[in-house]
Amino acid sequence: MSLPRPPKKNPILRTRAPTTPPGGRSRVALGLTTAAALGRLELQVCRDCGTVQYPPREACHACLSERLRWTAQDGAGELIADTVLTHSNDLYFRERLPWRLGMVRLDAGPSVVAHVHGDVGDAPARVRVGARLDRAGQAVLVAFPEQETKDMADDRQLREMTCDPQYRKVLVTDGKTPTGQAVVRALVDAGADLVWVGHAEPWKQYAGFDAIAGLHAVTPVPLDLTDSRAVSSLAAQIGGKVDIVVNTAEHHRTFGIGDRRGLDAARAEMDINYFGLLRLAQDFGPALKARAADGDTGACAWVNVLSVYALANFPAHGTFSASKAAAYSLAQCLRAEMRASGVRVVNVFPGPVDDEWNQLVPPPKLAPSALASAIVKALRDGVEDVFPGEVAQDWLARWRDDPKALERELSL
Amino acid sequence: MSQDTLAAFANALATGSIRVVDLTQTLSPAFPQITLPPEFGQCWPFRIEEVSHYDERGPGWYWNNFSCGEHTGTHFDAPIHWVSGRHLPNNAVDTIPVEHFIGPACVIDCSKEAAADADFLLTVPFVEAWEARHGRIPPRAWVLMRTDWSKRTDPVAYQNFDATGQHTPGPDADVVRFLVEQRDVIGFGTEAIGTDAGQGYHLRPPYPCHSIMHGAGRYGLQCLANLDQLPPTGAVIFAAPLKIEQGSGSPLRVLAMVSER
Repeated sequence: MSLPRPPKKNPILRTRAPTTPPGGRSRVALGLTTAAALGRLELQVCRDCGTVQYPPREACHACLSERLRWTAQDGAGELIADTVLTHSNDLYFRERLPWRLGMVRLDAGPSVVAHVHGDVGDAPARVRVGARLDRAGQAVLVAFPEQETKDMADDRQLREMTCDPQYRKVLVTDGKTPTGQAVVRALVDAGADLVWVGHAEPWKQYAGFDAIAGLHAVTPVPLDLTDSRAVSSLAAQIGGKVDIVVNTAEHHRTFGIGDRRGLDAARAEMDINYFGLLRLAQDFGPALKARAADGDTGACAWVNVLSVYALANFPAHGTFSASKAAAYSLAQCLRAEMRASGVRVVNVFPGPVDDEWNQLVPPPKLAPSALASAIVKALRDGVEDVFPGEVAQDWLARWRDDPKALERELSL
Repeated sequence: MSQDTLAAFANALATGSIRVVDLTQTLSPAFPQITLPPEFGQCWPFRIEEVSHYDERGPGWYWNNFSCGEHTGTHFDAPIHWVSGRHLPNNAVDTIPVEHFIGPACVIDCSKEAAADADFLLTVPFVEAWEARHGRIPPRAWVLMRTDWSKRTDPVAYQNFDATGQHTPGPDADVVRFLVEQRDVIGFGTEAIGTDAGQGYHLRPPYPCHSIMHGAGRYGLQCLANLDQLPPTGAVIFAAPLKIEQGSGSPLRVLAMVSER
């Protein structure tokens, strides 16, 4: 059933404090979260006997081998029992009752307890199990209908695990870049209620900005992430209404250490990419955290457009890489500080975007519109780490396999 | 004699028969800075960060750190700023003789012309016509080009960019040469973001006020305000830049002293 537009909030009612579901996991169980953060369902598979197992354990429950590998699963299975929870002593769930749960026997072998989507029929029923991050940021399993249903994303339980921009108010920090403009358009198309679009240095003209500023849902706001007072001032004006922050502001130059004398380019990169995020987080973070349980469209997400160069330095864009690595580290801190509220921090790691400062980078390059689509999809799917495009996927695979080898490959 | 003069001066200030006019724009993050192509090094805009505000970072006091370039806000240009003045003696803000920081000012009103044409260029005939009304520009005087550009409080209008770049008034090359060679001015001041016109790159030489004025060891003042409060002649300008070692310029407080008649 499609989600009706939520009523306007009565401004004198108390905003309830956010709660989160139980977040404790063993280290081995975090393997499920690692995959879910990327939007994948992975289970342990024994390399000796081939058993797929759940819940995660230190050893194979069939043959006691410790040679277990996290392996992608399609999640196909059958709902063999389901129930609706009407009572819970857990603070998070008791505010969200009733809550549907079930037992699914996966075709791959194990049976799992899962949250059950409202469009799944009564047991027995064919389902597809996926992994999602809950408000505590931990992986949980969700049983979806086998076939896509209309407005599947609007399921009440599922929305607890996602950050759909529909009906939400979003701040995009820089609307002057091709990426910023593509993100604004994608958010408007996704049904965002209001998109504030930051623009620095208003006297500089950038192609496309006026067209963005003219969209019905869009309100341009002056915002320069290098200007602490400007960030504070904007937070004072709109901070209490922003549900999603998408930080698209970026300074990008194409220098390493030796091909640019002085610090000016590197400092400008740090000032926006790193300190800019810090300024933004200090001023907008508290209000977002406080509004994480503010109804159906409360504050829910913070998106950082980082770079795959944050994982390993791309020497041709060396100082930019360093600034993005700093931003990535800070984004981890932000994620930790947001965790208790349930506000999701989404880090996006694109490869080279097809824009001005990647002029000399050979294709494939990521179209700004593809980056924007990936951001909206990440919000809808509730994933935490996004590597859009083939370059980013390739780097991610190489980095996960052997970060040292990637460093050497990039230094050639 | 000097003691009497200074005593009279102090008395005139105290009694208000000398009026002090602030020719300075407020240093604010919102004030625009000079814009260069992005591949060049950039002058920092004014930025300010709170150190403490009677809070846990400093319970009894309020203060800030600020950052900016040498050429941010209302600022002074030293001869060393331009390549034409790089080898002159005493060409940096720390070595310029301090007596050069106080001097008479001739204010040439171009406000009507600038209102009609953002690319207005001050010319020799225009200055000669001004001299016919107000007398010859004395040696070692500041020449200040009043355009009322400082009244453009909207940064977009102040910068005035379009697809062909910036459009702000300034001097042409001949008048700069004339002021240096025929009138021996100490410097040239404007209200817009540079001493040269927005389209000054297309003049010969490019940026003539920077090139010729600094090449002759003279100074520049830009982003001035309140020039409309000055008489055409008779004001004395106090414009002392910060003493930055080998500094090419500096933000500064520019004050004008005007006799009330």
